[in-house]
Amino acid sequence: MKDLLSVIRDEFGKFILEVREEDLPTVIIKRDGFLEFIDFLRKEGFNHLLDLCAVDYLNYKPEKKIERFEVVYHLYSIPKRELLRVKVPIAESDCWQYSLTSFWKAANWFERECFDMFGIRFKGHPDLRRLLMPEDWEGHPLRKDYPVELPEEKEWKAYRKFKTKAKGAQ
Amino acid sequence: MPERKLQYKEELFSTEDPFFTPFEIQMGPQHPSTHGVLKLRLVLEGERIVDCEPEIGFLHRGLEKLAESMSYTQVLPLTDRLDYISAMNNNTGYALAVERLLGIEPPPRGKFLRTMVCELARVASHLLWLATHALDIGAMTVFLYCFREREKILDFFEDICGARLTVSYPKIGGVRLDVEMGTLERIYDFLPEMEKRLEEYEGLLSENRIWLERTRGVGVISAEEAIAYGLTGPSLRGSGVEYDVRKHFPYDAYPDLDFEVPIGKNGDIYDRYLCRLKEMRQSLRIVKQCIEKMPSGPVCAENSPDLDMLISKRAPVAMAKGEIAFIGFPFERVNLVPFGELYSAVEGAKGELGFYIVSDGTGKPYRLHIRAPSFVHISALPKLAKGHFLADLVSIIGTLDIVMGECDR
Repeated sequence: MKDLLSVIRDEFGKFILEVREEDLPTVIIKRDGFLEFIDFLRKEGFNHLLDLCAVDYLNYKPEKKIERFEVVYHLYSIPKRELLRVKVPIAESDCWQYSLTSFWKAANWFERECFDMFGIRFKGHPDLRRLLMPEDWEGHPLRKDYPVELPEEKEWKAYRKFKTKAKGAQ
Repeated sequence: MPERKLQYKEELFSTEDPFFTPFEIQMGPQHPSTHGVLKLRLVLEGERIVDCEPEIGFLHRGLEKLAESMSYTQVLPLTDRLDYISAMNNNTGYALAVERLLGIEPPPRGKFLRTMVCELARVASHLLWLATHALDIGAMTVFLYCFREREKILDFFEDICGARLTVSYPKIGGVRLDVEMGTLERIYDFLPEMEKRLEEYEGLLSENRIWLERTRGVGVISAEEAIAYGLTGPSLRGSGVEYDVRKHFPYDAYPDLDFEVPIGKNGDIYDRYLCRLKEMRQSLRIVKQCIEKMPSGPVCAENSPDLDMLISKRAPVAMAKGEIAFIGFPFERVNLVPFGELYSAVEGAKGELGFYIVSDGTGKPYRLHIRAPSFVHISALPKLAKGHFLADLVSIIGTLDIVMGECDR
């Protein structure tokens, strides 16, 4: 793993923001060099996309983050038994990321969920729609500025309609 | 409601072939064989499936959002509601992730107890899978037999912790309660009986002609495709890929135990069925070893966090009898836990169950992402289903062993 990280530093030096060794080796990379980097990792044997999710770092106190969002990838190499984390910072004003659906079919739903929950658009995704929330839901629930409990006037339209109907029946 | 975009429609329905007359039907969400609230939009040509699009989210409770407003300890009972068929595995997975974050090491007895109940839960989960899967294909007897044995395992859970389904028995730092010797003895006596029962199921199914015709060569997925679709657990191992979190990233008592990871070859429903049956045998073997090697001592680490996440022991405060002392505001305290991030996974009954935690130093998780195996497996459903008969779709849903609570979170 150490060799691989030094190779990554040499080859993708201009795109790499940081390489960390926490619980897992973590590479933080700019969006521009991301697709080539993933292509490189696939050739190195990282064949399993274990997890893909986003984090909203609004008001994150312990350290200063470069951008508001981060898309986090966990890649696993089954033959080498190595796990690697790749993080890509995404700005709020420029909220999109390259899709990995051409590399892994598993990325399809993960990215749809990300879009649903955070509003990050994935360029090159064949069918970017909401997945868990209803199609006419407003807002992206897992963003930090989205409240846990909505005020009554902002509740989902279909639910509000249902509630008034139920009240009328009484 | 806005009109849904139907992408497949144009390309499928605009064909020139006059004998090609596809039509669309909706299956679910209230369909007995979709194992919960899964909805499928199917395009059929006669009885053959041309296209299939799963729709999920009917059981979405916003678990990840909820967790952000609770302390680490309060989240634990929520994880019961993920894969409610094997809640022990979810609890262990979450507890393990938080332990790794806080640097807590459970005592050996706690570890062994956790491994034991996890494996019992795996057997219970696989029994429920076998029961419903066999019922879907038409074997009613197996359904009744499997539930009989599953009931016994749930009774053990009741003896151990008082609950049957939503157990919350493993906790951060070990397990909640110690187990009585009598219960361990009864579990030990149950193991050889269960082995015999497994032979009974295999006698009913493994060489049954109807079973073979319905399962062999149906829902085939090759090893490369299974990896590309992100499958884990028995669904991946049925295709011949040896990936098991218990072997690749050993946790709890698994490094001390001797067991094998069964793998299949063809990647069809029959191979996955054999895989899971062999896995049950291995689980029984693990439970047996756990009871034989069970160390004595405490079951929970001393620095296990309280409900309000005060990790260090409270300073004794002089107070009158019956008074309650409130010390500090735990949620506001910075550097309560180390900040940073962590990914930790366990082998759940369905596949790899991962927890990704981002901590900001307070007592609440800043972000908790749950990598649920069922979520990934359902996304592979169209690939498995295309080209098969509608009746086979039911067995394909069964073979993926999905639980909607985990998928929708």
